[in-house]
Amino acid sequence: MTNAIEVRALRKTFGRTTALDGLDLAVRSGEVHAFLGPNGAGKTTTIRILLGLLRKDGGEASLLGGDPWRDATTLHTRLAYVPGDVTLWPGLTGGEIIDLLGSLRGSRSGLDPKRRQDLIERFALDPAKKARAYSKGNRQKVALIAALASDAELLILDEPTAGLDPLMEAVFRECVNDERHDGRTVLLSSHILAEAEALADRVTIIRDGRAAETGTLAEMRHLTRTTVDAELAGPVVLDGLPGVHAAEVRGTHLRCEVDHAALNDVLRRLTATGVVALTCRPPTLEELFLRHYSAERTGPGATP
Amino acid sequence: MTSAALAGTPLANTGALARLAFRRDKIMLPAWVYVITAAIASNSYSLNKLYPTAAARADLAGSGGRNPALVFLYGRLWGDSLGAVSAWRYGVWAAIFAALMSVFLVIRHTRADEEAGRLELVGSAAVGRLAALTAALLVALAANVLLAVLLAVVLVVLGLPVAGSVAFALAITTCGLAFAAIAALAAQLAAGARAARGIAIGALGAAYLLRAVGDASGEGGVSWLTWLSPLGWTEMLRPYTEDRWWVLALPLALTAVATAGAYALVVLRDHGAGLLPDRPGAATASVFLRSPFGLAWRLQRGTLYGWAVGFAFTFAASGAAAKGIGSLLGGSSQLRNAFTRLGGQAGITDAYLAAIMSLAGLAAAAYATSAVLRLRAEETGGQAEPLLATAIGRTRWGLSHIAVAVAGTAVLLAVAGVAAGLGYGLRTGSAGPEVARLLGAGLAQLPASLAAAGAAVVLFGLAPRASVAGAWTVVGVLVLIALFGQVLRLSQPILDVSPFTHVPKLPGAAVTVHTTGAPLLWLSLAVVALVAAGLAALRRRDIG
Repeated sequence: MTNAIEVRALRKTFGRTTALDGLDLAVRSGEVHAFLGPNGAGKTTTIRILLGLLRKDGGEASLLGGDPWRDATTLHTRLAYVPGDVTLWPGLTGGEIIDLLGSLRGSRSGLDPKRRQDLIERFALDPAKKARAYSKGNRQKVALIAALASDAELLILDEPTAGLDPLMEAVFRECVNDERHDGRTVLLSSHILAEAEALADRVTIIRDGRAAETGTLAEMRHLTRTTVDAELAGPVVLDGLPGVHAAEVRGTHLRCEVDHAALNDVLRRLTATGVVALTCRPPTLEELFLRHYSAERTGPGATP
Repeated sequence: MTSAALAGTPLANTGALARLAFRRDKIMLPAWVYVITAAIASNSYSLNKLYPTAAARADLAGSGGRNPALVFLYGRLWGDSLGAVSAWRYGVWAAIFAALMSVFLVIRHTRADEEAGRLELVGSAAVGRLAALTAALLVALAANVLLAVLLAVVLVVLGLPVAGSVAFALAITTCGLAFAAIAALAAQLAAGARAARGIAIGALGAAYLLRAVGDASGEGGVSWLTWLSPLGWTEMLRPYTEDRWWVLALPLALTAVATAGAYALVVLRDHGAGLLPDRPGAATASVFLRSPFGLAWRLQRGTLYGWAVGFAFTFAASGAAAKGIGSLLGGSSQLRNAFTRLGGQAGITDAYLAAIMSLAGLAAAAYATSAVLRLRAEETGGQAEPLLATAIGRTRWGLSHIAVAVAGTAVLLAVAGVAAGLGYGLRTGSAGPEVARLLGAGLAQLPASLAAAGAAVVLFGLAPRASVAGAWTVVGVLVLIALFGQVLRLSQPILDVSPFTHVPKLPGAAVTVHTTGAPLLWLSLAVVALVAAGLAALRRRDIG
């Protein structure tokens, strides 16, 4: 399987601030890849380098097998992009902008009219309105429809659901799943973790311009702890066991986080005491994410 | 009026918003006031030099005051004192600039902020419903009061009578105030800042036309039209001759009525909406719009139409004024020299026509610069990013707006030539040959005007952050060299920096390959080189 996006040790500085400090990112062809990080982590800078808008200061970046800077215009016929902050031309209508971006993108004859119409209906957009009259969510829809209606093999979406209401967010998720079935590659930059959890095949978490973690959600969970919440028949002491963290015991109630490797031993100890109720939950993406970003919880030994 | 007393009322926090507006305009506002004051002061001063004696001014009043084209441009002349001539020559135009200052100011702090979403952020704080409108009007009032005081003081210092100077300053600034109120009203009617500005500036254009037609029609014609125009009131006040103070009641009444209208409407409409509906547009793009050039044209055409209308009126009137220019200048050898410096030596009429054609070239250079700088506006506004993420390369994107700049500049210069040719030719009965001659003279300015655009392209490519200020500085320097270069006795190498120094003085100069063709060819090649260098730099730099 080839990689649609391959970034190694990417560096970019703006004056004295370092935006990217040796970032690695690999997006496989045909996958939906979530690119996660808080504001200012370097997500948009990475995307702008991949689009040939910014010049890299060091490292390697390849996009669809080409050089994103040198081959920008030819590569752009094969991708569609939705910026995080969509600004449109106030005097043009949404429909005009969708057609314009579609025609400028394609070497082919613009957008498929049936697909365009279908997306306009699904997203409930009024294409005859001037862009100045659109809300933030509606501006976002214009850019999304222009991208989704194209036949690009790679979609680069920079925080695409900011400003969409929950109904439209659901429509967006359906659309991304359709894209996956059509075999298209999607790079989805986001800080909305539920969205990434619902859509992504693989995830890269970026922190201070570097990839902090990358892999499938299952792999990431495998490498991390499971939250155990148990109501027991009697009091229990787990302190002696390796791989148990943040244990809270209140009478017969136990709550702790357990390393993947230690799970079996812990459960054995619990059943020995007698289990009344038990929930074992893999960490949510949010917990994974917070682990990378909150200082107290990243002490020595916390990262596998 | 303390802020505590206003808390919870529709005017709550007006003071804070007004201070914010002053803070945001701390450069723009003093610049407008300074430029208007300095322009009037320096021109009154030079009028005094050009027409030092009462006899010379009486001569000017006799010919200029009766030249319908000049009356159309400036208004009627009511006396031959230095003050009266200054008021005639600069009153209406200073009022136009005061009106523009007020319109931009009011729209910026009402409709433009609303469109950008800033007012929503502010409005969610403890800010009254009427606070933004009131703050904008207060700032406009303060700007016009400041302008009135400064103007009156400067004019008195120049030696003009006190009463007349105060009347002149108030004539100008009450007009500014009236247009601040008209802009406030337009901000409620339109659905966007551009449309609101369009309505207010359209009203200003209508006021100019009413006044111009009323003035030029002469006694017994439709001269009452002047009374319908706020710009007409500035001349009807007749500063320095009669000082008819009661005329000031007219702009003040208009201000009151338009302000009341704006307040009545602001509570009727929704935030972000206008009373005039935004017309729906096409749901699909036309074939023409589906290209970068089509987009650039669509974005820039409105501005070009506005410039073309302005060029047509200005140069038709200026051309029409050419007939009898000799007798008009009769009393002033200095003015005669000013025209021959700018326009060449071949007879005073041709010198005058050549001079207005080089003014057309300078104005077209300003247009070309603004058209090129649209690229920078698209870049900083974020619209360039999705475009450049399509298959459109940077060169094609840059060229799309440059093409509009080149074509637009050519159109404007052609309009200037044809309008001046018609204006002059119809009065002398030789419209055909004059149109052809002046069309050529206008288009001869094209390479020099485009050189300014070329400089803007280079700056945009190499130093994008400095490109807007840099490109306008270039235009300013070109204007300075063209208008004052020889007066200031600048050395020839400095004069040679300006492309306009190399443009043949047409009409009038002999047209040969050597004197006309060669400089135009070299200038054209320089423009191509500048554009190529700017685009090459654009391909190498970061966007955004």
